[in-house]
Amino acid sequence: MVTLNHYLALSAILFAIGTTGVFLRRNMITVLLSIEIMLNAANLTLVAFGRHWGAVDGQIIVFFVVTVAAAEAAVGLAIVIALFRLRESLDPDAFTSLKW
Amino acid sequence: MGFELPLFYVFATVAVVASALVIGQRSPIYSVMLLIASFAALAGLYVLLDSPFVAVIQIIIYAGAILVLFLFVVMLLNAPKEAPGPWARLAAGPRRAGAVLGGVLAVELAWAIWRAAIAPEPVGAGSGASAQAIESVRSIGQVLYTDYAFAFEVTSLLILVAMVGAVVLAKRHV
Amino acid sequence: MLLLLSSAAMVYAERKVAALIQQREGPNRVGPRGLLQPFADVIKLMFKEELRPGGADTVLFLMAPVISATAAFAAFAVVPFGAETTFFGLLDQPLKLQVADVNVAVLVVFAITSMSVYGIVLAGWSSNSKYSLLGGLRSASQMISYELPYGLALASVLVLANSLSLTDIVNRQAGYWFGFIPRWFVFVQPVGFLIFMISGVAETNRAPFDFPEAEQELVAGYHTEYSSMAFAMFFLAEYINMVTVSAVATDLFLGGWNGPFLPAWLGWIWFLAKTSALLFFYIWMRWTLPRYRYDQLMQFGWKMLLPLAALNLLATAAGVMLLGV
Repeated sequence: MVTLNHYLALSAILFAIGTTGVFLRRNMITVLLSIEIMLNAANLTLVAFGRHWGAVDGQIIVFFVVTVAAAEAAVGLAIVIALFRLRESLDPDAFTSLKW
Repeated sequence: MGFELPLFYVFATVAVVASALVIGQRSPIYSVMLLIASFAALAGLYVLLDSPFVAVIQIIIYAGAILVLFLFVVMLLNAPKEAPGPWARLAAGPRRAGAVLGGVLAVELAWAIWRAAIAPEPVGAGSGASAQAIESVRSIGQVLYTDYAFAFEVTSLLILVAMVGAVVLAKRHV
Repeated sequence: MLLLLSSAAMVYAERKVAALIQQREGPNRVGPRGLLQPFADVIKLMFKEELRPGGADTVLFLMAPVISATAAFAAFAVVPFGAETTFFGLLDQPLKLQVADVNVAVLVVFAITSMSVYGIVLAGWSSNSKYSLLGGLRSASQMISYELPYGLALASVLVLANSLSLTDIVNRQAGYWFGFIPRWFVFVQPVGFLIFMISGVAETNRAPFDFPEAEQELVAGYHTEYSSMAFAMFFLAEYINMVTVSAVATDLFLGGWNGPFLPAWLGWIWFLAKTSALLFFYIWMRWTLPRYRYDQLMQFGWKMLLPLAALNLLATAAGVMLLGV
């Protein structure tokens, strides 16, 4: 019998994986991918709760989250491309000119 | 249905394993493909949660458009594989700190869920709600265009801004 | 099984029709009137040496045609091709002539066709050759660009039909106006039908939109480096995609399995007839029309087809609201 806790636990695990990815990866594209994992974990929570309370709002908010994620991915990747043109590198450590 | 639990575990395992592999791959293309697998598993979970619309939206938009965009960028930039390995390149200090923080987050979230003690009833028993209320696309549409109409319109504006921004940012300035 | 046979039939039909359009006979040696030609082709392909370019990324190289073929087959799973039948009352429950009756069938078809982009992009990339990469990226851009008018034309039908299930959509097209004009959506939505078919042709990378695999220009584009079985799978995927697009168009616009003179349980004959007509149209276009240049292709999709599809949707919605259809 699948309880709500199952879904929440799964979503927590996915979120933690995504965060670890953001911390550990040295490739900007993979960092963006990890952010997408985190967003998906949040989506899962929303849909699970929506189903739990029988409200359709969970799905609707997920609809918006997915759309915003699409917009964010597009702009983020555009920035990555622009940065790559500047330094020929995708390593976040190559862009430390603001560091004091 | 008797097969709901094993199905949940199948999808959950695929999602977790694929996501874990995503952050452990050297080549970004493999990461993207693994993420597609993870998203497909999540779509399966949404179907289990009686939300076929969100499942299909997930495939169409996330797996079918956003990840294609990622793939394009990876191919255009011809990103070299991180050498020798994503883990070795880091100094030991930040690497350990990062891993530890990730673990701490997982534990914290698990503890929070445990404390909240959300009733361990089968999904859907929260208010005696049946699947019918949320399953049909019609119900989604009805709420989307009335209660959330403003958010809907603003989202379209947001996408427009993102489109223009992406084009402007990635343009080659000659 | 059905799909495999239909693709074999398609290969044969394509060569025959192509030949007729070019005023020659076409295959007529293998079997009576050349009917066994596609089987001969398959056997030839199976015996060819399986080449693999040196710098190719093996995993992706092998996975790409599998993705293409799987997506092509899977999309057809939710397309109904006949009314519920009981086979003369032999079965207790009516058997739905469809692999899976999903409530959101229309969206599922759309979702799976958008996955076939990956097969092409990965093929282009993993072949490690510049022709393949260019062909792959161009083809992928083309496919995702034309998904938009495809979806909007679909949405126009949804406005008319009030349901996302393909079975429901077909059932709404039963009956006649004035006794002899069938209630097909194509008569209410001629522009939508046109947009859908054009986008479908662009989606399946067929002429006149087949620049990515233009034989004269890019040395067969994204499948340049493939041979033998892998090539066969791409071929197969292309034909099955064509069949799926025609089948979905038949369900959405041409009334599916509704037709005069035949009882409901033989409706699949009509379905076959209509789908074949659309497929013939496909082949006809390939051998008659010249190919679009890539930038013309993209301009047409974004600047003409997309606004047109959006206007069509608006007009349909307005019409439904005002006329209360």
